[in-house]
Amino acid sequence: MTEAAIHVEAQQPSLQLHAHAPGATQAKGQQHPIRLYLVVWGWLFVLSACSYLVDYFGIHGHLRWSLILLFMILKAGLIVAVFMHMAWERLALAYAILLPPALVLVFVGIMVFESEYTHLLRVVFFAPTA
Amino acid sequence: MAEAALTNIGASPARLSGWRGIAADWSSDQRAFKNVSWGKAMMWIFLLSDTFIFSCFLLSYMTARMSTTVPWPNPSEVFALNIGGAHIPLILIAIMTFILISSSGTMAMAVNFGYRRDRVRTAALMLATAAFGATFVGMQAFEWTKLIIEGVRPWGNPWGAPQFGASFFMITGFHGTHVTIGVIFLIAIARKVWRGDFDVERRGFFTSRKGYYEIVEITGLYWHFVDLVWVFIFALFYLW
Repeated sequence: MTEAAIHVEAQQPSLQLHAHAPGATQAKGQQHPIRLYLVVWGWLFVLSACSYLVDYFGIHGHLRWSLILLFMILKAGLIVAVFMHMAWERLALAYAILLPPALVLVFVGIMVFESEYTHLLRVVFFAPTA
Repeated sequence: MAEAALTNIGASPARLSGWRGIAADWSSDQRAFKNVSWGKAMMWIFLLSDTFIFSCFLLSYMTARMSTTVPWPNPSEVFALNIGGAHIPLILIAIMTFILISSSGTMAMAVNFGYRRDRVRTAALMLATAAFGATFVGMQAFEWTKLIIEGVRPWGNPWGAPQFGASFFMITGFHGTHVTIGVIFLIAIARKVWRGDFDVERRGFFTSRKGYYEIVEITGLYWHFVDLVWVFIFALFYLW
């Protein structure tokens, strides 16, 4: 009995949706007011406009980079959390999907060291001789 | 029997939350992703792998840009356009960004109407999304043409570090391919929605499985991901 039940679950997860028909767990889980999407849409427009203005007004140096990264992270967060519904998923899925890309930051760190080293070698050994 | 099993996994009322929930979900000796169908879970896992691909492109771009001794071409100038006599920096890319964000908005609403089983609005919004996407690809083709005419090649360009062209064509090309595939995907699913496949649970011609409105959300996940990648490309390649 139990084995058969598990078999059914593994084979036909879509049955689950079917069994509960409209307004089932699945549908209810991702039903949000249209207003929410429109608000997020508006914010994405505002944030994009802000990041464009950073370039338009020619802001430079650390202020430019931190503003660009700030707007980027806010936009990415809104898209993933609201549009992709990650905010309403169970943590088991959210962590499985969001944690691995965070580890890419380690890779970024490694490549920053590597490219600084390459740059140093190029400056030292391939500088145009006067 | 099936009914009992399904209620078991479907709508078990008390599920732990927080860290205890993660441990319970993963150690339950069943499926780790409760109340998420296989289709949605697999799309998320595919998107995770795609994240790594784009991460590698952006990382190699970063490495090239940081390690070159030749100045990097100024994207603000390279992508500037003359519109009505005014010289506006990066304007084409800004318009492309707004178009892609708009397409994400229409997509999110299509998912919403899909779960309300509003067949006509769902299909219309999906087609609007596809139209925005096609516009985006068209503008990208225009941008590529302009740059190629100006002499940008994967191995060199008139303004500075030769790696600029290679990074540009690889990153935007791969993203544009994703958008194109997304447009095709959207049109295919919108056709099914329009025809009422998910209301009558018509079986797919290839898989012969019944379709559900959830596929609209899965298509949406892919589409939002394409927009998400553009957020990073816009910030790190065009604005940096």
